[in-house]
Amino acid sequence: MIVVESPGLFASVQDTGRVGWSEVGVGRSGAFDTGAAGLADRLVGNAESAAVIEAVGGGLRLRAADRTVVAVTGAHGPLTVAGRPAPRNAPVTLSTDDTLELGPPTVGLRSYIAVRGGIAVPAVLGSRSWDSLGRVGPDPLEIGDWLPVGAPRGNGPLVEVAPVGPPGPAVLDVAAAPRRGWFTDAAWQTLLDTAWLVLPTSDRVGIRLAGPVLDRHDDRRGAELAPEPMVRGAIQVPPDGRPIILGPDHPTTGGYPVIAVVDVAGVARCAHLVPGETVRLRAILDAGR
Amino acid sequence: MTSDAAVPAGSTGDGPGPVWWRFGHDAILVEFTDAADRWAFRCPGADELVVGARTVLVRYDPGRHHPADLMAGAHLGAERTGNVRTHTVPVVYDGPDLTAVASARGLSTGELIARHSAVTYRAEFCGFAPGFAYLSGLDPVLHHPRLMTPRTRVPRGAVAVADSYCAVYPTDSPGGWNLLGRTTEHLFDATAPRPALISPGDLVRFEVVT
Repeated sequence: MIVVESPGLFASVQDTGRVGWSEVGVGRSGAFDTGAAGLADRLVGNAESAAVIEAVGGGLRLRAADRTVVAVTGAHGPLTVAGRPAPRNAPVTLSTDDTLELGPPTVGLRSYIAVRGGIAVPAVLGSRSWDSLGRVGPDPLEIGDWLPVGAPRGNGPLVEVAPVGPPGPAVLDVAAAPRRGWFTDAAWQTLLDTAWLVLPTSDRVGIRLAGPVLDRHDDRRGAELAPEPMVRGAIQVPPDGRPIILGPDHPTTGGYPVIAVVDVAGVARCAHLVPGETVRLRAILDAGR
Repeated sequence: MTSDAAVPAGSTGDGPGPVWWRFGHDAILVEFTDAADRWAFRCPGADELVVGARTVLVRYDPGRHHPADLMAGAHLGAERTGNVRTHTVPVVYDGPDLTAVASARGLSTGELIARHSAVTYRAEFCGFAPGFAYLSGLDPVLHHPRLMTPRTRVPRGAVAVADSYCAVYPTDSPGGWNLLGRTTEHLFDATAPRPALISPGDLVRFEVVT
């Protein structure tokens, strides 16, 4: 058992997501930085699909009710165990009643905490992920929560530390998407040339950006898109011109045209975009459509 | 297009075939000339098909399938009539927007209720919230724009219209549709074996509760 002494800014349980329910409006959800969540699991000897804790910012404080092994990945910043500094991206043993505390990140935004055996709260529709839009899955962490831990598998951690750095520069690779043709070539160039400002309304549903308006072709101005299915990383462009990069809790269908899609690594990088910073987009292929 | 014979997508039917787009690393979006083809679309090897108003999203495992192979194997089969269920949803027509919509459409509330409950609707696609199905078939006289300012809270079970669609709110949520009435039916329960009452393709009728 893990006891939540403080959830910090915000923390929820996440795994690799809820597959197969999009048709009835339940999205995939799951960890925002999939690479970091999988690494945390591997460091403690879990399957990558085991549920972890996704913590936004700092302030999360957990207490081990039993001796266990944990690993913290994702953002970089201070981490203490029983009051002493502890490494990130490494398995760390917690003795009974030891507390683990995340300080405010120095680089990035979201941290992932894996516990050997996995967080074993009950799954909902096949997943332990909290979906903030659909409000499906285990509720976000609150003070005093007791989180059950699953049975460990295998022989446990084999490495002492994973050699990974902090999240890199905020440059995301994008490819043209189905509704690229609604927008002018000048708009596509503007998409790639702009340092987009990350707005404070960004969350797991989407990263909201401010910048210049992306013009549609004249014959698409004022046109409505018949709602169509959405994917993680899709960049929707509402009429106000402010693009939204869809995150893990995106709606399953949407009515705004999608100009481009961010690749897998780029979406994971989005988990660490902090409001007020800027982000750039880079075309994967030298092709506009 | 009623046989289940393998017709390559892209050359189906008499008119222009569906259009395919890559949509991220593990999905393809297929847009149909005839939206009804969504119900007959088959794509062996896909993990998941998600319907939109005119489109179907094909989700696949990029480690196991190449998109070109999925496209080559896709075809139009028999319409999924075997899976189509018909739901009768009892409604108390006492919504806060009932009289406003009726007067804007030049109807009495009785006429509005009669027209709204006279037709059989079809669930075209889901979105917005778990179990929220967009129902087509609304009487054109009842087409009415959504509210200028959405409500911060619409109660679970609210029966509502916006533009050409009708819907039932499955959970308490914000919402900008015009509320005509309410039902006590449960549209979504994540703990049930079939969590959503209405799936795309299903038929829905509203029954007036007096």
